[in-house]
Amino acid sequence: MSLAPPQLPSDDKRWKIVNGTMRKNGFARHALIETLHTVQSSFGYLDDDSIRFVARSLRVPLSQAYGVVTFYHYFSLKPPGKHTCTICTGTACYIKGSDKLLAAAERHLRIAQGETTQDGEISLMTARCVGACGRAPVMLADGELHGLVSSDEMMAQLERWAVK
Amino acid sequence: MTIEELEQVAESVRRENAKYDHEINVCMGTGCLSQHSDQLKDALAAEVAKQGKNAMVRRTGCMGLCAAGPLVLVDPQEILYQHVKTENAAAVAASLGAEPVAELQCNLRDHFDQQVHIVLENSGHIDPEKIDDYISRDGYKALLTVLTEMTPNGVIHRVTESGLRGRGGGGYPTGLKWSTVAKAKSDVKYVICNGDEGDPGAFMDRSVLESDPQRVVEGMAIAAYAVGASKGFVYVRAEYPLAVSRLTAAIRDARRRGLLGNDICGTPFSFDVEIRLGAGAFVCGEETALIASIEGRRGTPEPRPPYPAVSGLWGKPTLINNVETFANIAPIIRNGGRWFASIGSERSKGTKVFALTGKITNTGLVEVPMGIKLREIIEVIGGGVPGGHKFKAVQTGGPSGGCIPEELLDIGVSYDALLKIGSIMGSGGMIVMDDTSCMVNVARFFVEFCKTESCGKCVPCRAGTAQMFTLLSRICDGTGTMHDLELLEDLCVTVKETSLCGLGQTAPNPVLSTLKYFRNEYMEHIVDKRCAAGVCNMQVPAEVVA
Repeated sequence: MSLAPPQLPSDDKRWKIVNGTMRKNGFARHALIETLHTVQSSFGYLDDDSIRFVARSLRVPLSQAYGVVTFYHYFSLKPPGKHTCTICTGTACYIKGSDKLLAAAERHLRIAQGETTQDGEISLMTARCVGACGRAPVMLADGELHGLVSSDEMMAQLERWAVK
Repeated sequence: MTIEELEQVAESVRRENAKYDHEINVCMGTGCLSQHSDQLKDALAAEVAKQGKNAMVRRTGCMGLCAAGPLVLVDPQEILYQHVKTENAAAVAASLGAEPVAELQCNLRDHFDQQVHIVLENSGHIDPEKIDDYISRDGYKALLTVLTEMTPNGVIHRVTESGLRGRGGGGYPTGLKWSTVAKAKSDVKYVICNGDEGDPGAFMDRSVLESDPQRVVEGMAIAAYAVGASKGFVYVRAEYPLAVSRLTAAIRDARRRGLLGNDICGTPFSFDVEIRLGAGAFVCGEETALIASIEGRRGTPEPRPPYPAVSGLWGKPTLINNVETFANIAPIIRNGGRWFASIGSERSKGTKVFALTGKITNTGLVEVPMGIKLREIIEVIGGGVPGGHKFKAVQTGGPSGGCIPEELLDIGVSYDALLKIGSIMGSGGMIVMDDTSCMVNVARFFVEFCKTESCGKCVPCRAGTAQMFTLLSRICDGTGTMHDLELLEDLCVTVKETSLCGLGQTAPNPVLSTLKYFRNEYMEHIVDKRCAAGVCNMQVPAEVVA
C-alpha cells in the first residue's frame, strides 16, 4: 500500500525543489540525508516544520529524522545570520594559528563560535578543514575562500559587513 | 563507443591542440581559485586575442604547489609561472615565443624532479570538465580494454600483481579485497568510492576529484566489472563544493558518451554512478559508518565481521575503495601490474600523494614513490622549514596518526615503517611543525577532534576520549600532575584496545607518539609549569613554582 505524500507546507517555491529531490529518489527512505541537504541549501537551515515534512514524506520516524539532523555537523537547526564567517580549524590551520583568529573574532563580535550576533547580521562558524590546507590559515567569507588570512584582514571583513 | 572511436576523439583533440603554438594552462583548483585564477584566465585569454598570439588558454586542475599560486604553466616550453596576477597577463602573453617573464618564473626543480606522477599525471594538464581532454590522454582506454579483452578474473589478477594497497590509510591489499567481493554470491553488488576525506590537513582526494574526476569514474567502472557490480556511489564531503560540481559534470559527460549506463560500449556490462554528499561526520570515513550514511541513517559503525565485502550496502556485497585507490586503477590496467610493482618499496608499491602543509616552504600536493625518505620529502621537495625556525616534528595520518621526530626522518615512507614507529600512512596528510608548536597542545588538539567526532556508540571512545581531553587540558594549563600522566597513559591503552571502530582504536595515537618522542615537553608542563613553545596558557605562573 502506498500513502500519498503529504501536501507541501506552503506555496513557497522552495518546497517544490525539496519535493523534487525526494521524487528523484522515488521517496525512498535512504533519500533522507540528500533531502535534508536540499532543504538546508534552499532555506539556509532546518526548522521543525521542514524536518516534519521530510520525515512524513519519506515515511521515516520523526525521531530518526531528528537523530540524523543532530548527528551530522553540517546540518544547522538555527537560521544563519545575513553574513557567515567560517574559520577553518583543521590541523594545518591550527598550526598556522587559526585559534587566535577564532578568539579574535569571538571577542570582536561578542559571540561564541556557532552563534549569530543579536542583530542577526553575522554568524561565526568553524569548519573541520575545507581542504585548502596549502593556503592555511583559511577563512570563508559567505562561502568565498580566503587563504593566508591575517587577523587584520579578518577584522576588516567583519567591519565591512557591520557597516553595510 | 569502441576503442577506435575513442582513438578518433583523442586524435581530434590532439589535432585541435596542435593548431596552437602555445598552451597556457591556468590552475583552477580550490587553492588558486581563492586567489581569483578564474579572472586571471579571462585576462590571459583577452591578452592573447589582443596581441594576436596563437595560443590556447586552458582551465586545469591543481598543479600541486599551492604555496606559489596562482600558477600558470606554458606548454610546450614547460615554463611555470608563480604568483601570477591579472595585471601580469599582458607580460605573460607577450612572452610567448620570446623570453619568459623572469620575475614570475618558478624555478623549483628540486620540488618537481623528485616526484613521480601516476595519480596526478593529468592534473594541471587537462581541463577537468572536458571528457575529451581526458580521453586524449589515454582516458577510458583501460576500461574499454578490460570490457573487450579481459575477464573479471584477469582484471583482479592484474590488480593483485601490481601490489596496490588501499590508499585510504589502512593499506589493505586491493586485489584481495576485489577478489573477496567477486567471490561473494549475490545478484546485486555495489561499488563505493570513499571520498569522505575527513582527516583535517589532507586534501588529496579533493584535488584528484577537482583535477581529474574521470579517472575516478573509470577506476570505479573497471572495479565494478571485476567484482560484478552494476551500481556505484561516490561519497563526497559537502565541504568540497568544487569537487562535487566537477564530479557531477564528469558523470554526466561519461553517460552521454556511453561510458556509463546500460550496455557500455556494446558489451553486456552496465554500470552507473551516483553521488552521495557527506554531512560533516569524520566517522563516516569508516566503511560501515559510510554505508549507514548512504542508507540515510546516522553514521555509526557496525562491528565487523561481516565485512562489507560480504554484507555491505543494503546487505549486499560491497566494494569500498578510496578515491586515490581508484585513481591508480586505469594506469595499472594500461601499463601492467608489474610496471606498477616496479615502483616503490618492497611491501608498499607505487606512489603516494601527500598533502604537505604546516610550517613548510612549499605547501601543496606532492606525489612520490613509496620508500622515499621523509627527510627528502620535507627538506628537498618541501623546501624545509621557513623563517629560520627549527623543524620539530611531522605529523602523518591525521587524528589517527602520530608525530615523527627529527631523528626518525631517515626512514622510508611505507605502510609498515610508519606503523612501526607509532604513526600510520593514513590518507596522506603530512603536517610539518616547528619549534613554535607545543606537542602537548597538538596532542590535545587531536584528542579534542576525536572527542567531538566520536559517534557515541561505544563507551571506550565516547567516554575515553572525553577523559583524555580533560587530562590533557589540565597538563596544558599547568595544573596537571604526574598522576594525571599515569592515568592518561593507562587510558590510552584501554581506548586503543577496546574501541569498536578505527576512530577510537587510533584516537590515542597522537598522544602515545608524542609521549614517546616528546616526553620532555609533558614533563616541562607538569613539573616546571612551563610551555617552551609559548603556546599553552599556564594558570600557574612559572615563578611561583620556582
